Amino acid sequence: MTHPTRRRLLAAGAALAFSRPALAQAKPKVVVIGGGFGGASAARDLHRGGIDVTLVEASPTYVSCPFSNEVIAGLQPMQAQRFGYEGLARAGIRVVHARAESIDADGRRVSLADGASLPYDRLVLSPGVDLRFDAIPGYDSGAAEVMPHAWKAGAQTELLARQLEAMPDGGTVVMAVPANPYRCPPGPYERASLIAHVLKTRKPGAKLIVLDAKDTFSKQKLFESAWRALYPDQLEYVPLAQGGAVTGVDPASMTVRTDFSEYKADVACIIPPQRAGAIAAIAGVADRSGWCPIDPVTFESRLVPGIHVIGDAAIAGAMPKSAFSANAQAHICAGAVIDLLAGRPPGTPKLINTCYSLVAPGYGISVAGVYHSAGEVLADVEGAGGTSPLDAPASLREQEALYAADWYRTITRQVFG
Amino acid sequence: MRAALLVLLTGLGPAGAAELRPPPGAAACAGCHAAGAAMGAIAGRPEDETAAALAAYRTGERPASVMTRIAKGFSDEESRAIATYWAQVRE
Ligand SMILES: Cc1cc2nc3c(=O)[nH]c(=O)nc-3n(C[C@H](O)[C@H](O)[C@H](O)COP(=O)(O)OP(=O)(O)OC[C@H]3O[C@@H](n4cnc5c(N)ncnc54)[C@H](O)[C@@H]3O)c2cc1C
Ligand code: HEC
Repeated sequence: MTHPTRRRLLAAGAALAFSRPALAQAKPKVVVIGGGFGGASAARDLHRGGIDVTLVEASPTYVSCPFSNEVIAGLQPMQAQRFGYEGLARAGIRVVHARAESIDADGRRVSLADGASLPYDRLVLSPGVDLRFDAIPGYDSGAAEVMPHAWKAGAQTELLARQLEAMPDGGTVVMAVPANPYRCPPGPYERASLIAHVLKTRKPGAKLIVLDAKDTFSKQKLFESAWRALYPDQLEYVPLAQGGAVTGVDPASMTVRTDFSEYKADVACIIPPQRAGAIAAIAGVADRSGWCPIDPVTFESRLVPGIHVIGDAAIAGAMPKSAFSANAQAHICAGAVIDLLAGRPPGTPKLINTCYSLVAPGYGISVAGVYHSAGEVLADVEGAGGTSPLDAPASLREQEALYAADWYRTITRQVFG
Repeated sequence: MRAALLVLLTGLGPAGAAELRPPPGAAACAGCHAAGAAMGAIAGRPEDETAAALAAYRTGERPASVMTRIAKGFSDEESRAIATYWAQVRE
C-alpha cells in the first residue's frame, strides 16, 4: 500500500529536480566584471531586462576619473568623486566585491580571488585600463608614488593635488602625455589647463611643461587658443616633432628625459601608455595591441565567443575611451545580450559620445560624435559631431562649463544612484 | 503607421526603458537628459515636441551648444522613432 505512494513521491521529487535546470534556463545568467561607468550601467540594464545578473567589482568604493582634474586643481572636493554600490544593491542587483582572477570560457565560469566561482551564459567585461609600468624606462609602480600618474582616480589624485599645493613659487611642473590610444583623449590637456590655472592664480613664477608623445590631439585648436589667451606665461607645450616623447624618468633626481633634453621637475605627472585591464588578457579577449577587438553591434569579443567587452578596454573604432562612451556602449551591449539570450537578432546600433573639458573655471569646451556600425567597425556618422566653435562668446564657454557639471551629476546619479 | 508602432512598443510590457526596445541612438540621450538635469528630462516629453526640436537643431534653425552637432547624426525618420520612444518612457 505504501509502495505506490512512495513511488509517486519519488517521481514528484525527480520532476522537481528536473525542473531546476529548466527554471535556470528561463532566467539566463550574466556576470559583469567591473563596476565602473560601463559595467555598472550594463548590470542595471540587464537586471531590468529580466536577466539574473551578478556584478563583480574588486573595490568597495568607485572613484570617478571624470572631474578628478578639478580635484587636482582644488576646484572640486575628493568626496564628490566617490560612489558606493548601495544604489545598485537597492535596485536589486547582486554585487560581489572580489577580484575576478580567471575565466573558463569553455565551461563558462568566472573564478574569484575569494575562491568562489560564478557560472554564466554570457559574460560582460568592463575592466577599464591597466597602466603599463613597463613602457617608460624608470617609470614603475614605485616611481608612481613619487611622480603620480593620477590616471586612476583615488590616492594618486590626492597625491598630485598635495604635491602641487606644496610646490614652491617659481617651481616647475612636468607632465608626460602618451601616444594614442589611451583613456580619455582630451583628459591630459584639461589637466594641463587646470594645473596652469593653479600656477597662474597661486604660484607666481611657476611653469608647466607638457611633453607629448604625439603631434595632434583632441580639441587641439580650442585648447591652444585658450592657452594662448589664459596661460601664455605658465604653459609650454612640446609636441613629438619638437622632442616631446619621454624616453625615461628618474624619480630620485626628479628628472624627466627626452631624446633632446632633460627636465628637472618639482612636480612630475607621468601618464604612461595603457592597455585593457588585466582580466581581458587572462580571458583571451585582448589582442597583441593590449586592447579588445569587438563586434560593433553586440560588443561580443572577436576572439572568444560568449564574452562581451565594453568601455576603455574595447577597440571601439572611432569612439574615444570615455565614461560617456562606456555608458552608451553598456546600453547597446546589454540590449544585444538580452536579445541574443532570447534568440532575437540584435538591432543595428547608433551611439553618441560627448566629452566636456574645463580649461579654466567657468570655461568649458566639448567634442561630440555620433557613431554607427559600418561593416566591421564603429565609424563616425559623417556630417555630425565635432567640437565647440573656435570663435565663441564667453557666455557659451560658461554655459558648457555648467553643462559639464550637469552631465557629471546626471551620469553618476544614473549609474550609481 | 504611428499608431501601430505605439501598440507594438507598449505590447512588449509595462512602460520602462528596458522593456521598450530603444530605436538606434535613443539610449544615449539619457546620459544628459535624465530627470532633474539642467539639460531637461527627455522621458515622457511629447513626441511632436522632441521631433520638432531635433529637426530644428539638425538644420541649425535652433541654436544650441551641443544639440546641433548631435542632431545632425540622425535622419528625420530616426529622429521621429527616438521621439516616439522617449514619449513612452516613464522614469
Ligand atoms: C583625469 C581623467 C578625466 C576624465 N574625464 C572624463 C570626462 O570628463 N568624461 C568622460 O566621459 N570620461 C572621462 N574620463 C574617462 C573615464 O574615466 C573612463 O573612460 C571610464 O572610467 C571608462 O569606464 P570603464 O567602465 O571602461 O572602466 P572603469 O570606470 O575604469 O571601471 C573599471 C572597473 O573594473 C574594476 N575591475 C577591473 N578589473 C577587475 C577584476 N579583475 N575583478 C573585479 N573588478 C575589476 C575596477 O576596479 C573598476 O572599478 C576621464 C579619465 C581620466 C583619467
Ligand atoms: C552631451 C549631452 C546631450 C546628449 C547626449 C543629448 N542632448 Fe539633447 N540637449 C543637450 C543640451 C545641452 C541641450 C540644450 C541645447 C544646447 O545647448 O545644446 C539639449 C536640448 C535638447 C532638447 C530641447 C529641450 C528643451 O527644453 O527644449 C531636446 C528635445 C533634446 N535635447 C533631445 C535629445 C535627444 C532626443 C537626444 C538623443 C538623441 C539628446 N538630446 C542627446 C545635451 C544633450
